[in-house]
Amino acid sequence: MYTEDDLLMLSALQHLLFCPRQCALIHLEQAWTENRFTAEGRVLHERVHTAGADSRCTVRVEYDMPLRSLRLGLSGRADIVEMHLQEDSSWLPFPVEYKRGRPKKDDTDRVQLCAQALCLEEMLDCTVPEGALYYGQKKRRTPVQFDDRLRRVTEEAAARLHELLSGTVTPAPEYSRRCESCSFIDTCLPRTAGKKNQVRNYMTRMTQS
Amino acid sequence: MKKHLNTLFVTTQGAYLAKEGETVAVRIEGKVRLRLPVHTLDGIVCFGNVGCSPFLLGFCGERNLTVSFLTEYGRFLARVQGPVSGNVILRREQYRRADDLDFSARMARAFINGKVANCRALLNRTVRDHGDRLDSEAVGDAANHLTGLLKSLGRDRPLDEVRGTEGDGAHVYFSVFDHLIIRNKEDFFFHRRSRRPPLDRVNCLLSFLYTLVMHDVRSALECTGLDPAVGFLHRDRPGRSGLALDMMEEFRPLADRLTLSLINRGQLQGKDFVVSEGGGVRMKDKARKTLLTAYQERKQDVLLHPFLEEKMPLGLFFHTQALLLARFLRGDLDGYPPVIWR
Repeated sequence: MYTEDDLLMLSALQHLLFCPRQCALIHLEQAWTENRFTAEGRVLHERVHTAGADSRCTVRVEYDMPLRSLRLGLSGRADIVEMHLQEDSSWLPFPVEYKRGRPKKDDTDRVQLCAQALCLEEMLDCTVPEGALYYGQKKRRTPVQFDDRLRRVTEEAAARLHELLSGTVTPAPEYSRRCESCSFIDTCLPRTAGKKNQVRNYMTRMTQS
Repeated sequence: MKKHLNTLFVTTQGAYLAKEGETVAVRIEGKVRLRLPVHTLDGIVCFGNVGCSPFLLGFCGERNLTVSFLTEYGRFLARVQGPVSGNVILRREQYRRADDLDFSARMARAFINGKVANCRALLNRTVRDHGDRLDSEAVGDAANHLTGLLKSLGRDRPLDEVRGTEGDGAHVYFSVFDHLIIRNKEDFFFHRRSRRPPLDRVNCLLSFLYTLVMHDVRSALECTGLDPAVGFLHRDRPGRSGLALDMMEEFRPLADRLTLSLINRGQLQGKDFVVSEGGGVRMKDKARKTLLTAYQERKQDVLLHPFLEEKMPLGLFFHTQALLLARFLRGDLDGYPPVIWR
């Protein structure tokens, strides 16, 4: 169990899964750069994040709901948590997360949603079997089942996140094609890494000739 | 998102800057004369009696934009910035390394290497371009002397020896600087550096440009999360931006080159300056505008970064160098690579 002091940002899971170095740059080094994608995401979320509630007969909707889990050591906010009325007249939470763009092949968005579900389970002492991701470009919801595999991946990611952010070391960059879509490329300078003595060689080349 | 790298220079006396939505509105005599979206700017520099609303200052702080206030003549007065940026781990590393004199000497060598190499490049280039119009032998000798200094900087040396080499280099370089002026020699001449006040037109230009470069280097360091006050070559002194001065070394020849081209292309004339009774020289408004425009245009020039081998506008080089320094302190690189022109 973690204490409140140890809680990390739920959204950091996504950064970790995308790239541990990006995660460290954001959360250890507090670097933040905006590009078109992050700006669009921010505007999208500004619209969603007007806290409040809405209700229809069988669905209550809560916007921008604060969440936390001491078991995973995470806290954050859910864009939307719908409470679905069940036949036994209990309410079942159903988290919905807004994303710009389109569904991704990897687990990053699902893990973030699953972490929200795990927070809800801990806070409300219930089981959350399902949620949804809403993709801005598709303008429709993709349902997500919180199965055993996704829960395990999420728990492992939370543990790795704590390990990374309890230190002070930013992992070395590894250049790959997706670096080109990363808003941190100009801060991270991924192509400078990995070559030994490159500054030494550069200095010799530039000054000793 | 590529930074736009525009600095808003406000020189109109009595102008007032205010926030209007996401824009800066420049009011002169109560009328809005200019509106600029804040996201296209990376800094605001106000000269003389120029006011600024607290809301605009706050907004700029939030967006990592530095607002500097200078006197009409370009002397630095104050700077307003937002909350200290969050990179405490990087700053601690910077402080620890700055306490280590061997490490500091190594950093100092890198900065001075950059400066001396760029001074040499400027000398060689002028000889190449205008060799027939100047004493190319004297300038060539000075360049060779600098080559010797670079050799000695290639070796490990204690901090005070690096300082000695720097002094040597500056002396040799400035001793031939007058030769590089090939037009309007009766108005533009250079005997030695004078700053407070500048005693000739060339010193007046150099000082003003150094202030501008300083503003940019400082903002770049701050944006990266480094503490501009804690330097390696320039040791701590209250009120002094040691690290900004360190990193400025490699960029000084850039200001020198711009000064020379303004003079040698005849963009500035003797009459653009006012010489006071005491001998101090200052620029007239028109000259200041010419210089600011030239500096802005220069920053838009796209050049190949010699270490990263990527093309970028010259204005972005300040940020890139601050980043490379941060990345070196954080262990990603085997040294700090100053920008060296050839």
